[in-house]
Amino acid sequence: MNVLVYLVPAALSLGLLGLAAFLWSLRSGQYDDMEGAALRVLEDDDVVT
Amino acid sequence: MPETLDLSLYVQHRDGTAHIDLAVEGVACGGCIRRIEGSVKALPGIVEARLNFANRRLAVDWREGEADAAQVIATLARIGYRAHPFRPERAEIEEARHASFLMRCLAVAGFAAMNIMLLSVSVWSGNVTDMTPETRDFFHWFSALIALPAAAYAGQPFFRSAVAALRARRVNMDVPISLGVCLALGMSVVETIGHAEHAYFDSAVMLLFFLLCGRYLDHAMRRKTRAVAGNLAALKAETAHRIDARGEVVIVPSAALRAGDRLLIRPGERVPADGVVLTGASEIDESLVTGETERRAVAPGAALYAGSTNFSGALTLRVTAAGSGTLIDEVERLLDKAVAARSRYLRLADRAARLYAPVVHATAALTALGWLIAGASLHDAVVTAIAVLIITCPCALALAIPAVQVVASGALFRRGIILNAGDAIERLAEIDTVVFDKTGTLTLPEPRVANAGGIAPDLLETAARLALTSRHPLAVAVAREARERAPIDGASEEPGQGVRAVIDGVEARLGSGVFCGIAQATESHAPGTSVICFAHGERHAVLAVRQQMRPDAAATVRALAARGLDVHILSGDRPAAVAPIAQALGVAQWRGGMKPAEKIAIIEQLAASGRRVLMVGDGINDAPALAAAHVSLAPISAADIAQAQADAVFLGDRLAPVGDAVTVATRARALMRQNLALAVVYNAIAVPIAIAGLATPLIAAIAMSGSSLLVTLNALRAARRRSEAAPPAVAPALAPQARPA
Repeated sequence: MNVLVYLVPAALSLGLLGLAAFLWSLRSGQYDDMEGAALRVLEDDDVVT
Repeated sequence: MPETLDLSLYVQHRDGTAHIDLAVEGVACGGCIRRIEGSVKALPGIVEARLNFANRRLAVDWREGEADAAQVIATLARIGYRAHPFRPERAEIEEARHASFLMRCLAVAGFAAMNIMLLSVSVWSGNVTDMTPETRDFFHWFSALIALPAAAYAGQPFFRSAVAALRARRVNMDVPISLGVCLALGMSVVETIGHAEHAYFDSAVMLLFFLLCGRYLDHAMRRKTRAVAGNLAALKAETAHRIDARGEVVIVPSAALRAGDRLLIRPGERVPADGVVLTGASEIDESLVTGETERRAVAPGAALYAGSTNFSGALTLRVTAAGSGTLIDEVERLLDKAVAARSRYLRLADRAARLYAPVVHATAALTALGWLIAGASLHDAVVTAIAVLIITCPCALALAIPAVQVVASGALFRRGIILNAGDAIERLAEIDTVVFDKTGTLTLPEPRVANAGGIAPDLLETAARLALTSRHPLAVAVAREARERAPIDGASEEPGQGVRAVIDGVEARLGSGVFCGIAQATESHAPGTSVICFAHGERHAVLAVRQQMRPDAAATVRALAARGLDVHILSGDRPAAVAPIAQALGVAQWRGGMKPAEKIAIIEQLAASGRRVLMVGDGINDAPALAAAHVSLAPISAADIAQAQADAVFLGDRLAPVGDAVTVATRARALMRQNLALAVVYNAIAVPIAIAGLATPLIAAIAMSGSSLLVTLNALRAARRRSEAAPPAVAPALAPQARPA
């Protein structure tokens, strides 16, 4: 079972990476306007025709 | 003369760029985002414009000197959005910071709970199969590595609150929570060192996760209502015409007025600040101040109160220091007294905690003692006692009330009721008497055409559309009847006479009887009624304008009485004006001509006889009574000082929110009690198991999550609507359609 010694920490650090990503997105204000984000994604005014 | 708009009060400057926040009305769909941002960004000098759709606020940054805020507002007005300058309150910024802290705690606790559970489940299954003790110890140490820092971070909201409570020599729900978490972690570390089979890391962190969920939701709901309240305040904020030193008129927000400023107040405008009349003569409608519906004639030297409406002539006013009028002085004095006398309401959750903490801690101590006497080792006795503390850790109890609170305030919010005070729901559920103010509360805040039913609809519509061009209070009342809001082109106003325009080739006039060529019926029908005439060629009509009852006032009062509540009316208006309203509503207990001190005296008298009073009022004269009552409601049209004292504010022209508030609150309180009962039942089952020493971490995990889920699901029932009489959907509540001021 020695494989656990590095597999469990590896799993944990992947999880930590996810947590860090979430905290970063929180800090950068991505959750400040949930309704607006849902509507903005439908805008296509940045498409050059 | 083009008037300049001075918004310097709201503009923030930061190294070369200026910033303003605007609350925008009428944002309804995704297309609005692009139109608003696009048109603002197209202006020269604008650096950034970003609309927050969730709270209908637009943040604009521009390079200093290249653009200005008035230009942005004018641009938005041109594409059909009214924007109101806005300065976020300190409390709101503080709450946003706290919400983001709670969210970080929640994320950390959630991450830790998931990972520890992963290890714990392995240990639980390993304990009944072939896991080696070394692997188990490794998993326990790993759990400790995750749990200790996570709990230290995510537990901060509870630890801080518990320490604060203990310092004040009080006990709140956070004290047993913090104690339970700390002991569970401490014991688990000791057990891990001793190579034991069980550790409670998962219980401790899961507990924090569940509680943080409840706390975050509670906080989010409060933030949402506060944001709406902030927007409403911005929409209501008035502007004033200030006459500067050179005699030019500048439009400034009322918040920027200082004592000594000279103001111009035109007919139909609200008086934005207390002051003394310098020049001009007019009639003043003070219904928002005193409840009196009869207008008062004013001449130079007369004192005016903020909130009254100038009716007929233009006035200039010198602003006096806030709260210097005799009436305001009296109201302030009564208010101070009422606020000082108000006893701090002890919330249900705190009462439960007061009862709960000593019982739980005594049980744990007795368990340890019992096991020692029964001959167990000190280690086993202490471990069992801590297991009791962990299992009784008030997860369900701490969620029982906030969960209902969140759901109920959401339900109230959808019905157009915005809570100011956190404990308002609990207090609302306890009332047995309702006291209404008349003017602006039972009646609509603005006068309406009383005889609209007796006038040909097309004639009324023409009159209403013509009235849209005038700001005279009577014309504004007539304009409310317009179904189509497009004013008629080419209308011209003759001051003091009326408006006229050519409609369909025929001249139409709206104004005094003489102006319209109608001789008869220009005198008032009754006190408090004003008459305005309309002539369109040969056809003509006489419109009676007066304060009217809210459309559903009678039904609401009847419904309140049917619930067994005692309904009173206390009005500052003349008894003769109150009597017909009281009669129409079937209210026997009414009084008119009440001074603020008399209102408060009656409220106190009712309270002294053991009644719990809900006061509903809107005027400055109601503010002390609102503060003195057990719980209070104010319509959104209420004077600022009254709104600040009210526990909740309701939107719209209907009175139904008063009934809804009581209904939702009563049901919420019943659910809170049910949830507390559920928590007690849970403890009654779980505690004997723990005392018997059978509470393994697996049982603790199941019991804790099971009971939390149960109370949360039960709380969701607070949002259920009554099947009969579904309330009308409140217009997108985040940006209620502003009624013309």
